[in-house]
Amino acid sequence: MQFDTQTSPHLAGENSVAAMMRQVLYALVPGTLALIWFFGWGVLINLVLATIFATALEALVMVLRKRPVKAALGDYSAVVTAWLLAVTMPPLSPWWLTLIAVFFAIVVAKHLYGGLGYNPFNPAMVGYVVCLISFPVQMTSWLAPSGLAEHSVGFLASLQTILTGQLPASLSWDAITMATPLDNLRTETSLGKTLSEIRAEPLYGSLAGQGWEWAANFFFLGGFWLLYKKIITWHVPVALIVSLGVMAALFSLGNPDNFPPPTFHIFSGGAILGAFFIATDPVSGATSPRGRIVFGAGVGVLTYIIRTWGGYPDGIAFAVLLMNMAAPTIDYYTKPRVFGHKPE
Amino acid sequence: MALAIPGTTGNPDTNCYDMSQSIQLHTFHGGLKLDGHKAISTSHPIKTAELPATLLLPVQQHIGQPADVIVKPGEQVFKGQKLTRASDYISAPIHAPTSGIISAVEERLVPHPSGLKALCIEIQTDGKDKWGEKVSYPDFRNTDIVTLRNHIRESGIVGLGGAAFPTSVKLNPGRSIDTLILNGAECEPYITCDDMLMREHAADIVEGMAIMQFMLSAEQCIIGIEDNKPEAIAAMRAAVKESELAAEVVAIPTIYPTGGEKQLIKILTNQEVPGDSLPADIGIVCQNVGTAKAVYDAVIHGQPLIDRVITVTGEGIAQPQNFLALIGTSMAELVAQAGGYKPGVKRLIMGGSMMGFALATDEIPIIKASNCILALTEVEQPPAQPCIRCGKCEQVCPALLLPQQLFWYAQAKDFDKIQDYHLFDCIECGCCAEVCPSHIPLVQYYRFAKTEIWNQEREKVKSDIARERHIFHEERLERLKKEKAERLAKKKAALKNRPKVGDAEAKKSEIEAALARVKAKKEKQTTTQKNIER
Repeated sequence: MQFDTQTSPHLAGENSVAAMMRQVLYALVPGTLALIWFFGWGVLINLVLATIFATALEALVMVLRKRPVKAALGDYSAVVTAWLLAVTMPPLSPWWLTLIAVFFAIVVAKHLYGGLGYNPFNPAMVGYVVCLISFPVQMTSWLAPSGLAEHSVGFLASLQTILTGQLPASLSWDAITMATPLDNLRTETSLGKTLSEIRAEPLYGSLAGQGWEWAANFFFLGGFWLLYKKIITWHVPVALIVSLGVMAALFSLGNPDNFPPPTFHIFSGGAILGAFFIATDPVSGATSPRGRIVFGAGVGVLTYIIRTWGGYPDGIAFAVLLMNMAAPTIDYYTKPRVFGHKPE
Repeated sequence: MALAIPGTTGNPDTNCYDMSQSIQLHTFHGGLKLDGHKAISTSHPIKTAELPATLLLPVQQHIGQPADVIVKPGEQVFKGQKLTRASDYISAPIHAPTSGIISAVEERLVPHPSGLKALCIEIQTDGKDKWGEKVSYPDFRNTDIVTLRNHIRESGIVGLGGAAFPTSVKLNPGRSIDTLILNGAECEPYITCDDMLMREHAADIVEGMAIMQFMLSAEQCIIGIEDNKPEAIAAMRAAVKESELAAEVVAIPTIYPTGGEKQLIKILTNQEVPGDSLPADIGIVCQNVGTAKAVYDAVIHGQPLIDRVITVTGEGIAQPQNFLALIGTSMAELVAQAGGYKPGVKRLIMGGSMMGFALATDEIPIIKASNCILALTEVEQPPAQPCIRCGKCEQVCPALLLPQQLFWYAQAKDFDKIQDYHLFDCIECGCCAEVCPSHIPLVQYYRFAKTEIWNQEREKVKSDIARERHIFHEERLERLKKEKAERLAKKKAALKNRPKVGDAEAKKSEIEAALARVKAKKEKQTTTQKNIER
């Protein structure tokens, strides 16, 4: 009798890339629902568009690369990238902006570097940053959170705006958009207002911005799901949030009128989403436990620096890309001590 | 941090943690909680396998130098008779498992991952099972340690946990030993031979340990058993109580690979065996429970290592169970005695599901290291995907390595870099491959890299020798040239100083000198001749 001869171990584990990516998608659901609740149907439409673009581009590139299309689509990595882009782009971004972001994420950042597993930079963040630098107006036109806007934008109006780039006649951009809390805070402090004056504005909630803080809370929930399912480890999120918090605490203690407290920084912008969903991208991040702490801390500190002194209101995307560059070096210097050997 | 895999068997309900257990347990990094699949083969007691008509004994069944064959085809051999002679310090002989006639000494298929042929001795058994000469030392406490060690060596005993390293070498550590550990962890899925041996032969194992304790003068004796074997733990505790040996039976958590020598030592003593050392270097000797039983059989009863307990199990076997089988019994025959294969059997493995190697055929014999024959049915092997650097592998690596980095360098054939990342500390336990979401056969890459490096080192040794030889040759040519030049110069100088022709006195003395030289030469020749004749 003849048997097959594979090498050990002989029982395949139940883990798979697809299963991990699926868990990430599940974990994104609560935060995304919160975003839809506060910022309208545009978020959902963006999500659908980005997913379609990402899937189509992934398939196209795999065909061009003469690789199996089905396997690539089956690992859901393109969908995760699309989803991350959709929740970071402004809700009423025109369709072509989403397409450009997805194109740079999937085709340039991912496949030109060799596809899944070989990309040195976080694909979603590359797509986001390309658009942010090239189309700053569109990329900073965030809607006002529900309850603050003079008019809410319905489903059909959102769809029309995204597809044509034109608002329905009854609406104007000024009436529906509003600076994000991070953006607003920046402008106002530069005008010489103190923080307590600024925070009194209706844009702000108890921790950070109205609506924003709740979206962050729900992304937090998703992050805990990922930790619980052991898809990510605690190192990156904790290091990122702690370092961002420590930086904010140091400066706000020294000058509370100009520098917002840690809670504001942590619950504003993309900090929570970045800590649990973006900086934890295994491919482009550091890999050893200590390396992940360094990586996360680096993202946190850079985010604070960019937010406070840089040219852009939020710095998560830039911070992640900068740390991506440092990841191989971090890995080299944070090798764990091997069993039976002294630390190197 | 251990990663939970659904369907774990670590059963906290079984209360085998004795409150009086004085040894504090420690942990090792990583490891996995695996589905043990052990219960399927423990419902029957150990069955003595039928005496087969032929036995096939590979000459090399141990780690170390091959042994020399000392029997010829056609020769009558008796049970326990030595068939080979250990050729080196790290070597072991094999013995006839029963009486019969040697029918062949030739190359045959042996259990090997590459399906290799190797020198084997075939015996046609005569069914009489007649013993040859037996040597035993029942009163071992009044026996010289060197004699005991030599007896264990001559009995062909090697580590029965799977590595098959000669036991006598381990019992000669060359330094004082503080702790003797018996390894009854048996952490690999499916394998139950040690479990059943402990349940049924606990007293013999403890006596075997007493012999080794006496030989090593070890101060402390610990028997480590995974807590998924409550019956074995109870049996061993009872046996220790009965014996004179002050050993402690310790229940350890069921986390694969606790049975790895270095992992077990870490759990029981919190000491890490240094990377390039042996446990003996930190005063610890670790032996498998099966080896202890073999030592007992050899020293007390004079039976060399001619049989062992082997688990025949898996979803592809009709009646999974343990057999006491003669070394050299065909695997096909043992499978037949276990009710044969079930339909749909796909893979045959020697060893467990994590570290065992797959065999192409069952027409090969069991050897001293065969602890399990595992037949699997549905073996799902999803295609490998690219590594996404998720780091799950390093979370489970008991050697604290960075498996994905090792994989990267193995793939790139960067054999210098891969050694910087301590490839040779990898114990090939397979935890990394088991949790890999991309289903990369990681261990295969490490084995490939190790083999390539060994080959390169062998090549290097060869080329070093060649280079040295070349350098020596060049030097010799140079030296000869120099000597020749010197000789010529001397001669020239002599010619120059030669007295002028006509100086009769000088000429005469020259002739005399020449004659004397000739005479001396002749004398020397005759003495040499005489010497030769003598």
